[in-house]
Amino acid sequence: MNLIELRQITKTYGQGQAQFQALKGVDLVIEKGDFVAVMGPSGSGKSTCMNILGCLDIPTGGEYHFRDVQVEQLDRNQRALLRRFYFGFVFQGFNLLARTSAQENVELPLLYRGESSSERRKAAQAALEQVGLSQWGHHTPVELSGGQQQRVAIARAIVTSPELLLADEPTGNLDSKRSHEIMELLVDLNQTHGITIVMVTHEPDMAEYAKRIVHFVDGNIASDTRHRPLRAEEIINVLE
Amino acid sequence: MFWNSLILAMREIRRNLLRSFLTILGIVIGVAAVITMVTLGNGATQAVKNQVASLGSNLLQIRTGQRMMEPPGGGGGVPNFRVEDAQAIRNEISGLAAVSPQVSRTATVVAMAKNWSTSVTGADNDFFTAGNWSLETGRTFSDAELETGQSVCLLGATLRKELYGTREPLGERLRVKNFSCEIIGILKAKGQAAMGRDQDDTLIMPLKTVQRRLLGNNDVSTISISVQDENNITQAQSEITELLRKRRRLTEGEDDNFNIMDTRQIADALSGTTQVMTTLLGAVASVSLLVGGIGIMNIMLVSVTERTREIGIRLAIGALEREVLMQFLTEAVMLSALGGLIGIILATLASYVLSGVMNVPYEFNAGINLLAFGFSAGIGVLFGFMPAKRAARLDPINALRHE
Ligand SMILES: Nc1ncnc2c1ncn2[C@@H]1O[C@H](COP(=O)(O)OP(=O)(O)OP(=O)(O)O)[C@@H](O)[C@H]1O
Ligand SMILES: [Mg+2]
Repeated sequence: MNLIELRQITKTYGQGQAQFQALKGVDLVIEKGDFVAVMGPSGSGKSTCMNILGCLDIPTGGEYHFRDVQVEQLDRNQRALLRRFYFGFVFQGFNLLARTSAQENVELPLLYRGESSSERRKAAQAALEQVGLSQWGHHTPVELSGGQQQRVAIARAIVTSPELLLADEPTGNLDSKRSHEIMELLVDLNQTHGITIVMVTHEPDMAEYAKRIVHFVDGNIASDTRHRPLRAEEIINVLE
Repeated sequence: MFWNSLILAMREIRRNLLRSFLTILGIVIGVAAVITMVTLGNGATQAVKNQVASLGSNLLQIRTGQRMMEPPGGGGGVPNFRVEDAQAIRNEISGLAAVSPQVSRTATVVAMAKNWSTSVTGADNDFFTAGNWSLETGRTFSDAELETGQSVCLLGATLRKELYGTREPLGERLRVKNFSCEIIGILKAKGQAAMGRDQDDTLIMPLKTVQRRLLGNNDVSTISISVQDENNITQAQSEITELLRKRRRLTEGEDDNFNIMDTRQIADALSGTTQVMTTLLGAVASVSLLVGGIGIMNIMLVSVTERTREIGIRLAIGALEREVLMQFLTEAVMLSALGGLIGIILATLASYVLSGVMNVPYEFNAGINLLAFGFSAGIGVLFGFMPAKRAARLDPINALRHE
């Protein structure tokens, strides 16, 4: 079953002279249970595409089907409900609530799902445990390192066991040991819980954990490969 | 969902304790001012009413002369009342609890080598009924004492204290002008000044005694009447007028040469004035409530801008527009309701203390407290709505990008 179908998706920012086309007709099909790594140089449209996948943004042109629902036809609140019940996000800039404890941050999606406070506490603690932060629940973001904040953001995204996990550079701020731990966690979520994952990363060895690697260049998908290590020149390209 | 908004709002208020406190200060002051003003105003009204009521219940006072408050018997050539007038009222008009013919004058009283100038009233036993007097010790007049005009008297509490201090003077004699009289009773203190005079500074003797020994005539200057049923006061008043006109032989076109004062009317007139004051002060105070509301709107608007990122995160995670709206609205309402609550507590303390200082009765007024509280919560809704709407309408992507 196709969980996601993007057809000729374009996204244009700005108007007139300042107009900029960030996506130039992206076609992408993602099956349920897939684990996709999205790579590509900075500014190639990865985050833009992720926002569209996550129903946070509407494409300028093209069609987006999620579970056979055409997303462009949904209204604001329907898209919000889609996000609430199907998606988990790890934003590029963490986006944790300031002055709010890690525990409360992780509980937030459950709050909107209407779960009881004891359920929330239990689930949030479990999620923090999974990212190795069980002792840090009562700390607020300013008291956490960048890597710890990133892991709180991951915990918040996986606490609901979403159907689709969208992660924009989830290991960007982590040391390589932590990065590998997180990737193993994602692989586990993907394999044992069947959570579909789309992950943006700049690191080829992180991308190796995915089943499939999609390469963005200049607002288009340049390559789409399965189970294949990167070639050296591609690695250099990515690191630019 | 409502419960969630409540929790979220509570958290947010707690997170910014100082700011929250400053935000609601306007509401606190507004609510406290309104409630204090109205409570004190009502207390003042009640004080006036109590004073007038202490004169006697359902009391009518008949005096000669056309206008109220004119000195009795004044106006020259207007005939005084006689005991027979009172007798006629007593016989011919029903529904009266007491009819008390009286005369009063100021006289110097001497006892225990002390002089005291007091008001001496001559009356019969109906005087005590009409004026709501009760006895501390002793007795009222006997029929024989009234009939023959004997030298017996009852003392008001103030007079007793001034002359005898803590001593019990029952059975002793005191001197009024040139004759001495026996003290047969002490009146319970009313403790209320009325019409600018201490009612307890008084000496009561049989009507005949005062007429003969102090005034040297048979005149009655005032007839105090207590009507049994409050609803019959007007009726009684017109019947008495008719009867007295007949007895004083006034023809159709002539004006009354006496007047009947209804204490209830005076109470209404006086308390009407204080009520106007209360309303006015309350209105002025409500303006500060409004200003407090604008303060809340200001802070909520700032807070929306400040928390754009937070709103973006909530929307991205799947919060509905109305949930964000509810969150901010609940926050505003909770803030202002909290302000209202603190205001009520402050107002209760302030009005309790101030009513003591101003010597007016303190009475907790549930109505104005509820009203002020409801009003402050309403202000929260009113002034919280615009910022809340603004927050809910934010575009999640732009809000997330907001620095
Ligand atoms: N809101 C916006 N308004 C105008 N231009 C935008 C906006 N968002 C993105 N862009 C532009 O779209 C292009 C693609 O941006 P995007 O964030 O998708 O890149 P990216 O591939 O995620 O890069 P990175 O790896 O640095 O995160 C960029 O050139 C960027 O300047
Ligand atoms: Mg990006």
